Amino acid sequence: MSLSARPRVIEVAGLSKHYGSTRAVQDVSLHVFQGEIFGLIGPNGAGKTTTMECIEGLRVPDTGSVSVLGLDPFTDVVPLLQRIGVQLQEAQLQKRITVAEAIGLWSSLYRTSIDGRQLLEQLGIAAKSGARFMTLSGGQKQRLFIALALINDPEVVFLDELTTGLDPQARRAIWDLVRGIRDRGKTVFLTTHLMEEAERLCDRVAIIDHGRVVDVDSPAALVARHCPERTIVITTTDDRAADLLGRVRGVESSVREGAHVILRAPSVEVMTGLIGCLAQERIEVTDFRTIVPTLEEVFLKLTGHSVRQ
Amino acid sequence: MNMKTSAFSFRGLGALTWLETKIFLREPLGVIGSVFVPVFVFLAIGRTFGGRMTGAEQGQRGLVGPDLAVFAALLISISAVLSLVTIIAIYREGGILKRLRATPLRPLTILTAHVLVKLLFTAVTVTLMTLLGKRYLPVDIPIPWVAFTAATLVSTLSILSLGFVLASVAPTARFAQPIGTIVLYPMIGISGLFMPISQMSAPLRVVARLMPASYAVSLMRGAWHGDSWLSHGTDLAALAIIFALSTAVAVRVFRWE
Repeated sequence: MSLSARPRVIEVAGLSKHYGSTRAVQDVSLHVFQGEIFGLIGPNGAGKTTTMECIEGLRVPDTGSVSVLGLDPFTDVVPLLQRIGVQLQEAQLQKRITVAEAIGLWSSLYRTSIDGRQLLEQLGIAAKSGARFMTLSGGQKQRLFIALALINDPEVVFLDELTTGLDPQARRAIWDLVRGIRDRGKTVFLTTHLMEEAERLCDRVAIIDHGRVVDVDSPAALVARHCPERTIVITTTDDRAADLLGRVRGVESSVREGAHVILRAPSVEVMTGLIGCLAQERIEVTDFRTIVPTLEEVFLKLTGHSVRQ
Repeated sequence: MNMKTSAFSFRGLGALTWLETKIFLREPLGVIGSVFVPVFVFLAIGRTFGGRMTGAEQGQRGLVGPDLAVFAALLISISAVLSLVTIIAIYREGGILKRLRATPLRPLTILTAHVLVKLLFTAVTVTLMTLLGKRYLPVDIPIPWVAFTAATLVSTLSILSLGFVLASVAPTARFAQPIGTIVLYPMIGISGLFMPISQMSAPLRVVARLMPASYAVSLMRGAWHGDSWLSHGTDLAALAIIFALSTAVAVRVFRWE
């Protein structure tokens, strides 16, 4: 089923929230389809967490409407909390609570719960069952929080900066886990300031900056729309290559740099012409690479500043 | 499920109370400070200054005498409140309250669990104190420890509600303890333990009458002397009103993060 034919599990319209004179979120509207991984991406302080917490019912927005699974997060908070899973940024548990006790408490709070033991094993922290929260490393705490967000087999999972503070290996393991959640038919709503994470994990992303949604689409569509230009790197010893390829329709510039010919083009339409030229002129090629812009560049283009600032 | 039933749902109260009790017991300093130290101090003061008491001397005023038990119970109660204020502040600062709130646990359930844990340890401490006091202090009189413990718990509950207001206004855990200390300990001074309230200056008398400690002392004294609960209806009513008012204020101003 195509994404847009699926039911919408989250609908946000005209959401605004301010703290004092700071407008954290301004007129945010978005929707999330069932079974997708939806990412809210932007730099720290862009309003991602505030938006997410308004959707979870933890914050009351100034204006706007929110609907999750057809429920209003403010009036139907208890039935809603039964059906969603939440992982918060910078949360803590009691210092002396053990991993198994936390899982046990959470299991007791929900009408349905999955096997906690198995969940801990899946997350690679089963060996830490008896350990107190205060003795866990950052990555172990993060995994425990993800376990707590999944314990009630929720229909929608909210993950706020889920891989912050994790090493690359742990990060990949968590990504696999999140994909696994989606593959079981659940919907995932996450925030991240890591563009690589958004690109690899999300089906669709909303770019948010200074509290406003700048654009929403799949990472590939956003790149195609805002950064269609391509750099093509061709490795060849043929001296004619730079000149011949530079004459292909749509190529903006062609430069030889050592063993490579580097071509720039404003759109992907140039590819067929390039390959045709290589075949026709019998240019011997040992490598052909296109450098695709990333969400990072999309962000820079849309907001005028880097996501890292 | 509608709002009304959800607001008063205590799902998870038993599990959370039991868990918080276990967690509290894992902190040796907390247990020593809130259970053993008060009992030990009470016994030490009693043995050092107590002398032998008989039924005839019970009417005496002063620190060393039957009021020592009331004084000790009030201290235990206030230390329980301070401990609760601090725990709530730590939980809030660390984001623990917020994390618990993002579950089907309702805010009232989380707070009630903490109150129950504090009442439990207050009851244990006061019971230990009266029973050990009876055993090791030279006291000839029968001690109504069940009534006395009950009176202490009622008083603690009322003072706890005041503690919630403090816990709500204290910005961080580091402030919670001193603010609590500044408000709660002077309350003992005007509780009527050291000087009858009728002999205080008018402004002080008003403050004393607004604070739960004066009613708490009167109620605990009565319980120690074996008065009937009915004869302390005013104290009970005052403690209940303070509880209701402070709880209402606390609910309005309480911050979860």
